Amino acid sequence: MRNVLTIAGREIRSYFASPVAYVLIAAYLALAGYFFYALITAFNTSLQIYSMMRNPEMLSRFNLNEMVIVPLLHNMAVLLIFIVPAITMRMFPEEKRSGTYELLLTSPVRVGEIVLGKFAGGLVLVLLMVGLSSFFGVLLLLYGNPEVPLMVAGYLGLALMAMAFLAIGTLISSFTDNVVIAYVGALFALLVLYTIGWLGETIQRAGAALIKYASITEHFQTLLKGIIDTRDLAYFVTVLVIGIFLTQRSVESVRWR
Amino acid sequence: MIEVAKLSKRYGDLSAIRDVSFTAQPGQILGFLGPNGAGKTTTMRIITGFMPATSGTVRVDGFDVFEQSAEVRRRIGYLPENPPLYNDMAAVPYLRFAAKLKGMGRSAIEDALERVVQTCGLGGVQSRLLGHLSKGFRQRVGLAQALIHDPPVLILDEPTIGLDPRQIIEIRSLIRTLGTQRTVVLSTHILPEVSQVCDKVVIINEGRVVLEDQLTNLTRTRSLEEVFIEAISRDTVDGARAATAAEEEA
Repeated sequence: MRNVLTIAGREIRSYFASPVAYVLIAAYLALAGYFFYALITAFNTSLQIYSMMRNPEMLSRFNLNEMVIVPLLHNMAVLLIFIVPAITMRMFPEEKRSGTYELLLTSPVRVGEIVLGKFAGGLVLVLLMVGLSSFFGVLLLLYGNPEVPLMVAGYLGLALMAMAFLAIGTLISSFTDNVVIAYVGALFALLVLYTIGWLGETIQRAGAALIKYASITEHFQTLLKGIIDTRDLAYFVTVLVIGIFLTQRSVESVRWR
Repeated sequence: MIEVAKLSKRYGDLSAIRDVSFTAQPGQILGFLGPNGAGKTTTMRIITGFMPATSGTVRVDGFDVFEQSAEVRRRIGYLPENPPLYNDMAAVPYLRFAAKLKGMGRSAIEDALERVVQTCGLGGVQSRLLGHLSKGFRQRVGLAQALIHDPPVLILDEPTIGLDPRQIIEIRSLIRTLGTQRTVVLSTHILPEVSQVCDKVVIINEGRVVLEDQLTNLTRTRSLEEVFIEAISRDTVDGARAATAAEEEA
């Protein structure tokens, strides 16, 4: 445990010692802010149009959660697909390039501790981003009346998704000593994971259920509806555990070759 | 104490080292010599547990590198060919990180920091970023990292490379002092360094040990240069002959 903290601490310090963390956080928040602004403006415009039409039935269907928060969370999830690989791409390639990999692997530290430490360091950064983006939810609370439990479940979904993305990015970064390959590989894997549900909608055979279960969007959507189901939580935890476990194997495999 | 027995490492068809065997005793500085690409770094990486051997064993203080890897790693201080430095860290935080990785306690770390800063001459650069340091200082921080947990076994891969003459003298005398109680393996291709520092010499060429002897025995009648050239050229001739023979058989 102590070793995990040591490695995580160094990882976090290295994110914040360079402009990397600040650039990533700023890019994420600026784009999320832009999406938020666009969604709110669209919501306001349609609200005004329907008010002028004096159609109370239509107006009552207007829902801040469905029209702003859900699409915003979806957009932020897509942003994370591009940003998380930028966090994980340095994890292993940089160590291998600079020779510090030799220090890590020749120290009396278990490979699992190295992997967990690196993952935990990235997790702090990712959760910080998700946490900062909850600012938009707070704004809505101040000036509107969204349903809070729904919003909380949605942000929990985003956090779980970020965690799963990070585990996959960590795994792919352990395969290579090249940051570009680590970035593109992770981006590719995350996009596949995010869009694989599309197949499930068209395929009618037995594979459909499996594809639906594998799709991260499917589970994210349940949380966006405000339903916190153990099946969905189990899915995210499974992705996380598999990612970390395979990373440990991949790093350890240096010792078998 | 290091016992290397019949160590081989293959990468596919390429054989990096073949049947390498030697021993290094405590209180002894072993000079590990050989031309570039002879397999020095590979051997050292196997001894430190960074990579496994294809066959053969290494025992460090009686512990097997593969079976009891953690015990071995606790006992070894290793300075790789390129000092393993994080460029975005300052010298002292980096050494503190290295000390924690090696399992040192909080109070022991501060004493050890003071000790290595002094012995490796890092007084002026404690808070400088490692990425901004000159090659000589980087090498010394790397050495400090290897010494921080006061290990009984030191593996130094070309420790004086990139140092200026005065630093070379300092580091050599430091290694001499360290070697009085520890087992030190020092790889280099600077022959005078071996004559000045080492007690024992192992010469490796094309992945095989071609000579293992005490320095005093080797340099009784001839200079170390002559011994070295003869050892590696004899081997090359043998190797060439063996290769031709194998071809003829095929």
